[in-house]
Amino acid sequence: MTRTISFILNNEPYTLDVDIRLSLLEVLREQGLTSVKQGCGVGECGACTVLIDNIPVDSCMYLALWADGKTIRTVEGESRAGEISPVQRAYIDAGAVQCGYCTPGFIMTSTAFVEKYQGQAVDRELIRREHAGNLCRCTGYETIICAVESCLQEQSS
Amino acid sequence: MAVGISTERKDALAKVSGRAKYTEDFAVKGMKHAVYVRSTIAHGRVVRINAEKAQALPGVRAVFTYADVPQIKFATAGHPYALDRAARDVEDRLLLTRDVRLEGDEVAVVVADSELIARRAARLVEVEYESYPPLVTPEAVLAAGARSIHPGGNIVGAHCYEVGGDVRQAEEEATTVLEARYSTAMVQHCHLENHIAYAYMEDDGNIIVVSSTQIPHIARRIISEALDFPLGNIKVIKPYLGGGFGAKQDVVVEPMVAFLTRKLNGAPVQINLTREETMSCTRTRHPFHGHIRGGIDDRGILQFLDLDVVSVTGAYASHGHAIALAGGAKTCAMYPRSVIRYNARTVYANMPSAGAMRAYGTPQVAFMVECLVEELARKAGIDPLEFRLRNVGRSGDINPLNKQVIINHGLKDCLDKGREVFQWDKKKAEYADRKSGTVRSGIGVACFSYASGTYPGNVEIAGCRLILNQDGSVHVHVGATEIGQGSDTAFAQMAAETTGVHYDQVKVISTQDTDYTPFDTGAYASRQTYVNGQAVYKASLEFRDKILSYAEEITGRVKEALTIAGDRIVYSAHPQTTVISLRDLAVDSYYHKDRGGQITSEVSYKTRTNVPVFGCTFVALDVDIELCKVTIREILNVHDSGKIINPLMAAGQVHGGMSMSIGAALYEELLVDEVSGHIYNNNLLDYKLPTMTDMPDLDCAFVELIEPTASYGQKALGEPPAISPAPAIRNAILDATGVAPTQLPMSPKSLFRLFRANGLL
Repeated sequence: MTRTISFILNNEPYTLDVDIRLSLLEVLREQGLTSVKQGCGVGECGACTVLIDNIPVDSCMYLALWADGKTIRTVEGESRAGEISPVQRAYIDAGAVQCGYCTPGFIMTSTAFVEKYQGQAVDRELIRREHAGNLCRCTGYETIICAVESCLQEQSS
Repeated sequence: MAVGISTERKDALAKVSGRAKYTEDFAVKGMKHAVYVRSTIAHGRVVRINAEKAQALPGVRAVFTYADVPQIKFATAGHPYALDRAARDVEDRLLLTRDVRLEGDEVAVVVADSELIARRAARLVEVEYESYPPLVTPEAVLAAGARSIHPGGNIVGAHCYEVGGDVRQAEEEATTVLEARYSTAMVQHCHLENHIAYAYMEDDGNIIVVSSTQIPHIARRIISEALDFPLGNIKVIKPYLGGGFGAKQDVVVEPMVAFLTRKLNGAPVQINLTREETMSCTRTRHPFHGHIRGGIDDRGILQFLDLDVVSVTGAYASHGHAIALAGGAKTCAMYPRSVIRYNARTVYANMPSAGAMRAYGTPQVAFMVECLVEELARKAGIDPLEFRLRNVGRSGDINPLNKQVIINHGLKDCLDKGREVFQWDKKKAEYADRKSGTVRSGIGVACFSYASGTYPGNVEIAGCRLILNQDGSVHVHVGATEIGQGSDTAFAQMAAETTGVHYDQVKVISTQDTDYTPFDTGAYASRQTYVNGQAVYKASLEFRDKILSYAEEITGRVKEALTIAGDRIVYSAHPQTTVISLRDLAVDSYYHKDRGGQITSEVSYKTRTNVPVFGCTFVALDVDIELCKVTIREILNVHDSGKIINPLMAAGQVHGGMSMSIGAALYEELLVDEVSGHIYNNNLLDYKLPTMTDMPDLDCAFVELIEPTASYGQKALGEPPAISPAPAIRNAILDATGVAPTQLPMSPKSLFRLFRANGLL
């Protein structure tokens, strides 16, 4: 059974007939957005994090049809006209990228975080709490925290 | 100059923009999906199997059982082929098995049009078992009359050595002798990308396998062995890889997808394991159970260490006894002045198979050594740091096991640097009165030694090819694999350093394809920077010479007076004068009708040295006695890994290793029921993989002793950071509470028992 849904994906309007059983992860990957990774399929690892109306969501356990009328952001949409976003740049500069599998999901969580706390004083504990839904096995999180801090510092300066 | 600075990762842009393609990202039209039928019991035998209902499900293309696969036993460990038969890995696997050796063993496989259909069909396959009592603990496995899990018995391997003197004699000279039993847990790699591979055929004679593997060339050989199919007709492609940590230094699903595409007339077939399958049905870290004795004399000098360890390899050998061998051998360089006796056995058990995992047996052995050393220091009333400084090796010492001179023994340098950065003495004084009450504080230190590759245990072969493109840019082909550790970037830095070509103009081809990639055995043993670094250096020297020779041919300027500076050939003594641009030279080499040719160099090089690396961890922590909870306040790793090629990425390697060891110290444990063999927590919710909230700030430092045997002064770094944090944490808990943990993980559950037994609760 399919249903027709419409949503904004990375600033582009989409109207799709989707199988009602499919997760948003599956539908996005079918659309070629392979930055959205499945590390567990049950919302444990966060590798499939996308922003739905600017809130980080595990797309593996979010039905595609719930996306009807929503605005979705994946990491593919974060770089425009060859320019990567400040968060993407911060991940590179801080050395927060290793195998890269968790990176797209992490960057989306950080993007939402940085937009939410723009101009506010943020400590490492808050960064930790709001990134706790994304797992990384390569970095020990240290450089990811540094990347997020640097984004906030840049904004406040 | 490109070596020694934090150049931007070559794959960073592809990865942050989400465009880097991993195995699952190559959508192949008509892909079939295969799912294993896994045993529901841990030990037994299949009596009857009925796939009729599964076969009847629409969309199911085939079901194969243990009766349908080649009866060729093969070994899966990602080691180079050994000419010496006795040194080869244990051949104990079939593609599918009738004999069940762990919960989740592979008795059949279903192929369907979608993964969903395949999973549903796999559940419809009816399997009747004859059950045997699962053998989970070493005691059960080694008990007289215990059933053999494999035909050859339950002991996979054993060895014993006594080096640096005689333990009995050393014991007579010792004034204090202590002994203890320690054990480490089964932990899992938890690479974010699960095991995945697919295979297809473009004609009847050639199989193409795309896999998330650390070892493409070895995978090709093992597929060939498992299927009795010509090696030259198998191509293995390794795209970007989402973490491996040793779990993918093993051939796991590759032979099966190759088998299935042959059976399905060349159709593309993929196996994409679930997280649950990856955690319990691929590979884990070997749990070790050890008894260790050690003695010191009245000057606080370590006289001997005497270890008896049992390493549990689980249902299948995989890397088997090589882990216990390496763990002992790599630890010998730490205290090379004492007598060391090491007696190790590796046993099968009806639980998940253990294979390679970051630092390869060394975290387990170093944990035991550094726990006992701590107790000896305390017993003698000597500061634990002072005790180590007194006893660790020095440059010029002989490694008692391999008899090699340790030219740079950087452990003392690391301890000295750590003492200063961590402010050990100040903290010790500060923490002295925080040893009572609900929350107690302590500091701890622990050391390690490791190696730079596997020589002389295995051949250390690496290959590198450089190509000058028409635009003056350089392509580097290496068989060494980028798995996230940053090797592509390090090799680009090395090539830029030696050729003189600008780093931005050097591109390392990240995808390995065994049809054209130079031979290399892959990512393991922290070997690539040290071993492949030699090949890159030699190929770069040759490449530079060819370019300068051609510059002489074109321009008539003597090549000895020339050098390469970025994108130009210049006079060495007058670099501001361009003799010819690299681009013009390249175009000429390709297209001039009467001279030149494509400028390339290619080197296959066998490294015949292996140098130890050293380091240590300093940690300060709080223990909440009532909550049985440990909070790390500060943690620092200090490493002697020779010249650091890329400081930012090196720090990243250290952080990652530290976090793995912190996880193993405090949280992580794959739980197997000792009676049923049932695995309780093969998922990322119940298996306590640290999240960002569980991980403290991580600090690291390096002492850069330039390694004289290496092209750029470099030594190994990838795995070693995962060794010493766990024993340092344990020693800090001992410092804080006065009670000595003996097993990992030191989770609230285990600390509760410990504190209860010692009257703290």
